[in-house]
Amino acid sequence: MLKSELIDQMAEENPHLSRNDMERVVVTFFETISQTLESGARVELRGFGAFSPRYRKPRIGRNPRTGGTVHVPEKYVPFFRTGKDLRDRINATRD
Amino acid sequence: MNTSTVTRADLTDAVYRELGLSRTESAHLVESIIEHIISALLREENVKIAGFGTFMLRDKSERIGRNPKTGNEVPITSRRVLVFKPSLVLKDRVNTALTGE
Repeated sequence: MLKSELIDQMAEENPHLSRNDMERVVVTFFETISQTLESGARVELRGFGAFSPRYRKPRIGRNPRTGGTVHVPEKYVPFFRTGKDLRDRINATRD
Repeated sequence: MNTSTVTRADLTDAVYRELGLSRTESAHLVESIIEHIISALLREENVKIAGFGTFMLRDKSERIGRNPKTGNEVPITSRRVLVFKPSLVLKDRVNTALTGE
């Protein structure tokens, strides 16, 4: 499912709103999560999961092509931890 | 650094302020986004949000784990997990904002 398909589905279920409004709803949702991570805070959505910025220490990496060492500086990466409920439901899709 | 956790209520508020719909309807729409993502994943569909990231299912095979406290080896059974791969745009935004560079 793509963002455009998510917007389409939601617009269909809410005919009193324009597709353009629904696009703004969906964009606002993801933009708010992104801005929260930029501020250093976490987003917790019960039944789904939690987004948080994670610190990664600087390390010595390798260029896989040349084998040379490269310094990889410290960084922050967006991290998602699946909620317990959803984790169980996802695992159950195997059978 | 802002450390207070953002929840559904805050996302509802953001939608409310952006569109001026009622709070009840804003809350319903936020919930609906989450439900649609979960439904797609349970249909075994990956969910790709441009500019944000991709939620995808991964099948993990069994491996040997270790109890970090006792050092005992314990098998970790094969399983299906949800992983979130942030888009380059989001990775860049978060890193730039937090390393101040």
